[in-house]
Amino acid sequence: MESSAKVDVPAVDMRGIVKRFPGVLANDHVDLTVYEGEVHALLGENGAGKSTLMNILSGLYQPDEGEIRVRGERVSFGSPKDAIRQGIGMIHQHFMLVPSFSVAENIMLGMDEPRFLLDPQKIEGTVRELSERYNLDVDPSSKIWQLSVGEQQRVEVLKMLYRGATILIMDEPTAVLTPQEVEDLFQTLRGMAKSGHTIIFISHKLDEVLAIADRITVLRRGRLEAAGVEASSVTKKELAHLMVGREVLFRIEKKPAKAGEVVMEVEDLQAEDDKGLPALKGVSLQVRSGEILGLAGVAGNGQRELAQAICGLRPVMGGVVRVHGKEVTNAAPVVLIKEGVAYIPEDRHGVGSVPNLSVAENLALRNYRWPPIGNGWRINRVALRKQAVELVQTFDIVTPSIDTPSRLLSGGNLQKMILARELSGDPRVVIAVHPTRGLDVGATEAVHRLLLQERDQGAGVLLISEDLDEILSLADRIAVIYEGQIMSVVDAEDADIEELGLQMAGTRVGAGAEKGEA
Amino acid sequence: MSDYLIFFTTILAAGVASGTPVLYATIGEVFSERAGVLNLGVEGMMLMGAVTAFRVSHVTGNPWLGLAMGILVGGLFSLLHALVSITLRGDQVVSGLALTFVGFGMSSVIGWPLIDVRDAPRLPAFDIPLLADIPVLGKIFFQHSVVVYIGFLLVPLAWFIINRTRPGLHMRAVGEYPAAADALGIHVDRLRYLYVLVGGLLAGMAGASLTLAITPLWIEGVTAGQGWIAVGLVIFAGWDPFRAAFGSYLFGAIRRLPLDLQGAPVLPWNLHLILRDPLLNYFTNMLPYLFTIAVLVIGSREAMRKKLGAPAALGTPYIRGERGV
Repeated sequence: MESSAKVDVPAVDMRGIVKRFPGVLANDHVDLTVYEGEVHALLGENGAGKSTLMNILSGLYQPDEGEIRVRGERVSFGSPKDAIRQGIGMIHQHFMLVPSFSVAENIMLGMDEPRFLLDPQKIEGTVRELSERYNLDVDPSSKIWQLSVGEQQRVEVLKMLYRGATILIMDEPTAVLTPQEVEDLFQTLRGMAKSGHTIIFISHKLDEVLAIADRITVLRRGRLEAAGVEASSVTKKELAHLMVGREVLFRIEKKPAKAGEVVMEVEDLQAEDDKGLPALKGVSLQVRSGEILGLAGVAGNGQRELAQAICGLRPVMGGVVRVHGKEVTNAAPVVLIKEGVAYIPEDRHGVGSVPNLSVAENLALRNYRWPPIGNGWRINRVALRKQAVELVQTFDIVTPSIDTPSRLLSGGNLQKMILARELSGDPRVVIAVHPTRGLDVGATEAVHRLLLQERDQGAGVLLISEDLDEILSLADRIAVIYEGQIMSVVDAEDADIEELGLQMAGTRVGAGAEKGEA
Repeated sequence: MSDYLIFFTTILAAGVASGTPVLYATIGEVFSERAGVLNLGVEGMMLMGAVTAFRVSHVTGNPWLGLAMGILVGGLFSLLHALVSITLRGDQVVSGLALTFVGFGMSSVIGWPLIDVRDAPRLPAFDIPLLADIPVLGKIFFQHSVVVYIGFLLVPLAWFIINRTRPGLHMRAVGEYPAAADALGIHVDRLRYLYVLVGGLLAGMAGASLTLAITPLWIEGVTAGQGWIAVGLVIFAGWDPFRAAFGSYLFGAIRRLPLDLQGAPVLPWNLHLILRDPLLNYFTNMLPYLFTIAVLVIGSREAMRKKLGAPAALGTPYIRGERGV
């Protein structure tokens, strides 16, 4: 590599790392070299082995083969504590914070000091100092559950800095943030790198990686594809090729929508979440035939509850749900199936499929009651298998056989199976919740194509996703949900990422905005 | 002093004494549950502690040795539950229930020769100098067996450990969000074992204090559901030792009403008739089971648990690599 200032001894040097899990080779002789003071991106699709590699570096897993050097010294970590002692701290995708504890309590958790007596004031003072030094604004005495996701992430960073971590691993840190919060995070990371910290940034988002990283290492299926290439010397296309192993189309071919009459609407919908707190506070939406309505929002703002309330899986406390003008509020799911509502749930294993039933049986879960499969109280196995063979072919589901239990399918094929079941009956309304979460690029493309196909055939699609890019590329109209309320509905052509991001964070913008909010 | 004052002083003094075993058991269960392990075997551990303490005291003539052995056996017994629910990641409700049944059966066998024993040595009772002379309060709190006084000391100690010390913080973290604790190098399973053991030792102490001081005799199932009361009180006390103490003494008073106070003075609204009514006995005997039902109803509803402030990971085994809560 070019320029000079880098020290010769890398901060982290991992060589020939191998990690096996039952049935999976998660890391296959992977190398990673990270220099002091750089932001190093670890890029790869889901299941490429990024998190496994970093869990090894942070002491959570032990490698089966290979060696790790930190600042030239050979190390072996028995637990995360050993890694922290060497200055390596990992910030997990799911925050490792105790919700009922204060910020200060979370930060001192697991420390050797104090030995016995807790002194919250003293810790809070130290935390306050740290947060000022690194410009990470958070109140040390507030409880974690009171904080926004962005603030919680700051607590995680502070927690590691407090432990003297100089090498910070961040596992997909932007997945839960709004675009503005991402910008704040990047500023913090750059500042920390400048002051000598080393940052390893795990991601599968190409734009992000190119925006923040100095150098990039790419993994695919547990193997090293590219080691420490300069971010300035690669293009997005090249990176995508390295990550996926083939050419990727970034644009989805999309015909203009021919929106018709309203097929599904909710009016002033109210529902509670699992804790019994209000999750939907008067949501009104209309989905028309032949269009995709994208619902954007940060996780946990009522998306899940909305989908469940529409599909009869969560009690509606107030308001109305109509399908084709017919009221179906609190109707049983079977009524909705009869009305032609297809539901692609977020939880594929628990709600979307019965893991121990065969692929053929799973494919029939929607229409087994009626001929040709259902025949009074009997199931016509021949018809059931015939349907399965057809659907497996049409939807390109890769499975050893139609008798294979669905739990053995890969994520992408499981999702294709669910789509095959839900979409094959020619639905009039499709409710899709995070339909591509955790899927690889190929399966994602397939899912997108199928959703567009339904739209073109005249179904109304409600697409709920946290991936703003997905919504922007698929949706014809975009609604933003925040704390159980719809912030706005706009045509996709008029949508502005900046504005959507602000709304996702709870700021009303545009016409009729409230007075001066940042 | 008026009749009324004597009457209520006597009730409360009796309540403090008879609530003491429940207090130990409740505090023990607070520790176990704060670390995330629900132990429904309190009744069984208490019975084992009770029978061991009584038998050792009877055979050796040394009640202190009896107390020590009772505590120890209660602790050992709890390790069974720890093994099933922590190491083997079994269902905590089933394992705890099993522990209660095993404890009941085993204590009945061990206690068989003790049924007619009336003269086993007891732990000493004494008045606390000066404090015992305070009017009313002295009679209620400071004229008791030594186990009652140890109970007084245990309550603030338990509160302090839970809320003001590093081990307490770690214990609560393990009960609230074990994945977070694990990521910071805290040994989740080790701590859970420790606090299940603490719960068992205290349940053993509860049983021992019963047969060595409060009800100094052995009959089959001598605890009469007090272990269940303890499990229920933990919830109503919101996992807090001071409120647990209040609940224990209150329960003790209620339980003693029909025994001690047949001669209640004439009270307004004919309350004395209720207190003198022998049927009240049946009502108080029913309480443990009412409590048990309440515990199971609350325990099975996640929303309700959250509202009451239960440790978030209560009842769920921790497996590394699985997503938190």
